[in-house]
Amino acid sequence: MSQANTSIAPHNDKSSLGFWIYLMTDCVLFASLFATFAVLRNATAGGPTGAELFDLNYILIETLILLASSFTVGMALLGFRVGSKRIALSMLVLTGLLGGTFLALEINEFQHLIHEGFTWQTSAFLSSFFTLVGTHGLHIAIGVLWLVYLAAAIYRHGLDSINKKRIVLFALFWHFLDLIWIFIFSIVYLGAKF
Amino acid sequence: MLGRLGWDALPYDPVVIGGALSVVGGLVGIIVLITVLKRWKWLYKEWLTSLDHKKIGVMYIVVALVMLIRGLGDALLMRLQQIIGSNEANAVLTSEHFQQIFTAHGTIMIFFVAMGAMFGIINLILPQMLGARDVAFPFLNSVSFWLFFSGMALVNTSLIIGEFAATGWMAYPPLSGLEYSPGVGVDYWIWSIQIAGIGSLLSGINFIVTILKERAPGMSLMKMPIFAWSVLGAMILVAFSFPILTGTLAMLSLDRLMGMHFFTSDMGGNPMMYINLIWAWGHPEVYILILPAFGIFSEIVATFSGKKLFGYKSMVVAIMAITFLSYVVWLHHFFTMGGGANVNAFFGIMTMVIAIPTGVKVFNWLFTMYRGRVRFTSPMYWFMGFVVTFTIGGMTGVLHAIPAVDFQLHNSLFLVAHFHNMIIGGVLFGYFAGLTYWFPKIFGFKLHEGLGKLAAWTWIIGFVTAFVPLYVLGLMGATRRLDHYDASLGWQGLFIVAGIGAVIIVIAVGIQLLQIGYSIWTRKQRIDHNGDPWDGRTLEWSTTSPSPSYNFAVLPQVKSIDAFWYQKQGNENKNEMETFQPFHLPKNSGIGLFIGILSTIAGFGIIWHIWWLVIIAAVLIIYSIVHRANDRDTEMLVTKKDILSEAMG
Ligand SMILES: [Cu+2]
Repeated sequence: MSQANTSIAPHNDKSSLGFWIYLMTDCVLFASLFATFAVLRNATAGGPTGAELFDLNYILIETLILLASSFTVGMALLGFRVGSKRIALSMLVLTGLLGGTFLALEINEFQHLIHEGFTWQTSAFLSSFFTLVGTHGLHIAIGVLWLVYLAAAIYRHGLDSINKKRIVLFALFWHFLDLIWIFIFSIVYLGAKF
Repeated sequence: MLGRLGWDALPYDPVVIGGALSVVGGLVGIIVLITVLKRWKWLYKEWLTSLDHKKIGVMYIVVALVMLIRGLGDALLMRLQQIIGSNEANAVLTSEHFQQIFTAHGTIMIFFVAMGAMFGIINLILPQMLGARDVAFPFLNSVSFWLFFSGMALVNTSLIIGEFAATGWMAYPPLSGLEYSPGVGVDYWIWSIQIAGIGSLLSGINFIVTILKERAPGMSLMKMPIFAWSVLGAMILVAFSFPILTGTLAMLSLDRLMGMHFFTSDMGGNPMMYINLIWAWGHPEVYILILPAFGIFSEIVATFSGKKLFGYKSMVVAIMAITFLSYVVWLHHFFTMGGGANVNAFFGIMTMVIAIPTGVKVFNWLFTMYRGRVRFTSPMYWFMGFVVTFTIGGMTGVLHAIPAVDFQLHNSLFLVAHFHNMIIGGVLFGYFAGLTYWFPKIFGFKLHEGLGKLAAWTWIIGFVTAFVPLYVLGLMGATRRLDHYDASLGWQGLFIVAGIGAVIIVIAVGIQLLQIGYSIWTRKQRIDHNGDPWDGRTLEWSTTSPSPSYNFAVLPQVKSIDAFWYQKQGNENKNEMETFQPFHLPKNSGIGLFIGILSTIAGFGIIWHIWWLVIIAAVLIIYSIVHRANDRDTEMLVTKKDILSEAMG
């Protein structure tokens, strides 16, 4: 059979539908973690409660950074649309930096807790807290790796159709993580105070 | 360096050594055979790296058949133990080993036989039935298969190195927690189904998109064959329930690996949360398995009655109703665990409600046969066996839906008999019917009919002999998972009858293997020349047998339900090559295989706490994904010349 370069046009809507369904499944995964958190939130086993542990100002900064990164992803998409490789690349790099900062802040928060002697072994509440927030963090970490790959691919191949398809999917993924974070912010952190 | 792994991981008990030797012997035998026949290259190029959905389907079926034999072996050991279990002195198995065996039996039969056969049949047939050339994401399909294979490899590794879980197939904590199961058994259980489960999840996404996006021109959703509808329902269930399993297993694993307290009995842990979560996956899982079987029977009954399916629309509604309702019944698996009267009443009623759409289907099939010109071929034998056994199983199931009755029957052999009634009489018979029916489409010749009918009869008789005694024993008070009991209870006679039933089932499987072997040997007598050996109704019969790698040179145009039947009535000309347009097919890729091997290694590393191995495997998996993403030349163009030269041979 003869070889040919692939035209990807007809695959576009297939992959985005597939990716949407994947996001739904990820949503269900988070839903089970949220449900478990809801059941275990008061199971502190004599250990500290959320109200005693969380510093809302710190979390607010994390939240703003993540929201800002959602904005820069949007800008990167815009760069694609106007055909500017420079804008697309710089905005992607900025997104990666913001994502990295968010992760660093989160790791710092975790380390702080562990340092004070409050680990995931302390109580069921803290087990579910570390797991829920950590799973979101793991997703962010994977997203940052994906970003590094995307930036390199755009650097190499420019704004071609494959890269365009991928950056759209990435943006979906990133906004989705933003949404999950809003839930974490309101249920885990705000919910602990009220 | 090697974590928990040491020489003491190798088996020492004679029965366990026997199991280990049979696995190693089988593996060595296969390797020697392939080497002697010089088939490695062929195997790699034609099968292991293939992205053709039909070949992937065949590989699923082969794995499922091998695992069926393994699971049957476990079942025989359990039957033997319970026959002589009235006298503890002559027990074949230690209690610990017996527990591992019933856990492995359940895990293997559900995850690696039923799920494997289901994804196998869907792969073999669904794209052709939709008039498509492949699934939506062929590469992802190969990854799914190899993740499934990887999980299967881990389960069987536990026979040789270490042990398997002794907790029952749902591994309830706190028993499955670190405190009560410190060994590697539960970790083997977690990681084998975690890896296979992620494969299933990816398959689920793949088939949903295939159904929604790859249908032939003109095939609106309401012109889709019922099998495709049933797969759509099942795959929606996969997509929305398997993530719960993934999360639950991850949490159980975190309890075991990092000392967390999700499900422990101290520090605020809540074991009931696990039971709720796992059944929120587990109940939909039952329908994931049975819905495609319903779809298969719908196609078979219509074909062999020579009529269009009675009540197509009600069938669609019933499938979707089951899909939805199966999320609101999970609590019926633990009525006895203190949910309270109102909660139990709600879930009891919902469970009775879900029986209604299922009943609708049975009547639809019977009405399809009514006044039809029914041909009693071997697939129809499986159908008749199904109707009888499944209806009995359904009725004993509705009994369980009444919480007060369930308090009596919970954890008894009555329950065990009930779900085997559904899984064997419903799921397994359905898949056997489907495999017999579609065999010529895949291999180009039919299976021997006489042996097929004999196998169906033997299975039905074996099934009744093996499980009716369990219903009776359950009512007499025998609980499940007993490795011995007091002789004065008088149960032994019935256990002997059940054991005879198990032997008859083994004979039935033997007849099926003979059927396959004999049919291959004498295939010249049963060649399918025109691609339509049963006078079929749906599109898969409109292409040649065995179907070409691209299924259809020219995509069929669909104008009605039972599109091929409509064509055959002279309503439409068959597709001509004049309208041919070149198309793309995926090239082979070894990366799915590679990811599967790496996942097995990573799983093994986590089980034995060999962390450097896990890190290496994880890095290599990421590398494989990047490698695939960088490959911008993954398809090949098929032209008219290619097709004509392939047709000439
Ligand atoms: Cu159920």
